[in-house]
Amino acid sequence: MNILAISAIYRFEMARFFRTLLQSFVSPVLSTSLYFVVFGAAIGSRIDEVEGVSYGAFIVPGLIMLSVMTQAISAASFGIYFPKFIGTIFELLSAPVTFFEIVIGYVGAAATKALFIGTVILATSALFVDLQIQYPLAMVAFLLMTCISFSLFGFIIGIWAQSFEQLQLVPLLIVTPLVFLGGSFYSISMLPPIWQTVTLFNPVVYLVSGFRWSFFGQADVSIGLSLFAIAAFTALCLFLVWRIFKTGYRIRS
Amino acid sequence: MRKCTGHLRDVYVAHRSQGIRLRHKPLPAMRMKSGDRMSAIVEVKDLRKTYAGGFEALKGVSLEIEQGEILALLGPNGAGKTTLISALCGITQPSSGTAVVGGHDIQDDFREARRLIGLVPQEVALEPFEKVLNTVRFSRGLFGKPRDDALIERILRQLTLWDKRDAQLKELSGGMKRRVLIAKALCHEPRILFLDEPTAGVDVELRRDMWQIVEELRRDGVTIILTTHYIEEAEAIADRVAVINGGEILLVEEKAALMKQLGRKVLRIDLTSAVDAVPDALAGYDLEMSGDGMSLTYTYDTRAERTGITRLLQDLASAGITLRDIQTKESSLEEIFVDLVKEGAA
Repeated sequence: MNILAISAIYRFEMARFFRTLLQSFVSPVLSTSLYFVVFGAAIGSRIDEVEGVSYGAFIVPGLIMLSVMTQAISAASFGIYFPKFIGTIFELLSAPVTFFEIVIGYVGAAATKALFIGTVILATSALFVDLQIQYPLAMVAFLLMTCISFSLFGFIIGIWAQSFEQLQLVPLLIVTPLVFLGGSFYSISMLPPIWQTVTLFNPVVYLVSGFRWSFFGQADVSIGLSLFAIAAFTALCLFLVWRIFKTGYRIRS
Repeated sequence: MRKCTGHLRDVYVAHRSQGIRLRHKPLPAMRMKSGDRMSAIVEVKDLRKTYAGGFEALKGVSLEIEQGEILALLGPNGAGKTTLISALCGITQPSSGTAVVGGHDIQDDFREARRLIGLVPQEVALEPFEKVLNTVRFSRGLFGKPRDDALIERILRQLTLWDKRDAQLKELSGGMKRRVLIAKALCHEPRILFLDEPTAGVDVELRRDMWQIVEELRRDGVTIILTTHYIEEAEAIADRVAVINGGEILLVEEKAALMKQLGRKVLRIDLTSAVDAVPDALAGYDLEMSGDGMSLTYTYDTRAERTGITRLLQDLASAGITLRDIQTKESSLEEIFVDLVKEGAA
């Protein structure tokens, strides 16, 4: 294992993050505050408690998930797409590193960024609502798993994309709708029965549900199913990464 | 292009006599006198590359590159130079064939093989927002080498980049960016350096610095493979020349021997009085007459059993033409190259 190379990639990617630290920090704080003003104070004040939890607190896990997933995808996909776009990928390909070392470097950095953003949002949320985390270890585990799996997913998108438009396509057209419709801002028990069934085909439901369970001890679906879902998603991403490695798909001609 | 031949040769000679050190730790086994030959450090056997569209970029290339030599890889655009380098460096996956670098197969033992290689690519590709120092450190780390600030400082100073170490790459000029690429390739102390069209579009100063570095590296036993369109450069610094065209190696030869064996020579005959036309008796020699009729030029092949010079001089005397002076000139590598490529295409 070329640890020095992994570390070099990780630090290089993190340097990109720190160059834009202000935006990285201010943007999630601002958007989270806006969500709380709109959903928590303006609309939330007219909504009763959801499953025994104030609406403001109820949306916190969903808000964190929304940002973590989109940030992980965006950081990882951009991280590997940009070298392809500007041509610096030659250096990665000609270095004595395996594809998995490259993946660990990029995905590790993207997951770190997403974790940072998630933590910032959690801290910001604590300023607006009274938060109690019932299962802190499970919360951290879910957060980490989401950061890693969605960074892997973002990495695959970055490898697949051949233009900036394609880079935005999957996050905008697939991930954002799935996250919004995945129970981030509501309990799926609030939906009509038919939509409850349809929603169960949305994989994000299981992630948000499991994460919310770690906060409040309540979930839309069983915690076992949530764990299975995130494990299956991670396994799928790892399989795709392995296939890319074997075939050199859109990397090595 | 011809104009710079003399200059480059002067620069080359000047650098050989200068004691400027880049400090590249020579490996004891690799240390050798300039010009000495040891075993092959790169062995390419029947390397083929066919792209998805069916284009055959390499058609069974076999080549041995000797340790410590400077090999110039010459060929027109699309000849397969960059594909060959890309295949050896791991950027392109060969379709078949083998290549061994420093005793390590480039596929089965790619880590060890790539550790030995530094690559300066043809295209200037750099992260625009990163700082010079960081991008060079990154390259060293990527090749699994621990941080060595002293070495990086020496390389950056040699390339006159030290003052720019904290500048973002997007702020640098084109020439400076190319220097950064060289620094990135050298910072992990490669034993083999690939320079893919390193002087395309760079100023004279950078060219001079680059050849200075090349000479230093050669002294330390680093093997250098360069592709170039500037044949004068190959002529000035290469030990051997490989000519590639259409994905095939047409020839690999010691530069001096190549020029001696394949070189055409030109015999220029100055006359005491002008002639109106080449006499019919001399029609078989394909002579060229100067505009003022004061000189005739005869081109001959040094490889031929008979150059025809003796007979030409006799025939000139028989035709009543008196000579004032004669001089011969060897053809340049460029002329040899053009001939080879034409022959290959025929």
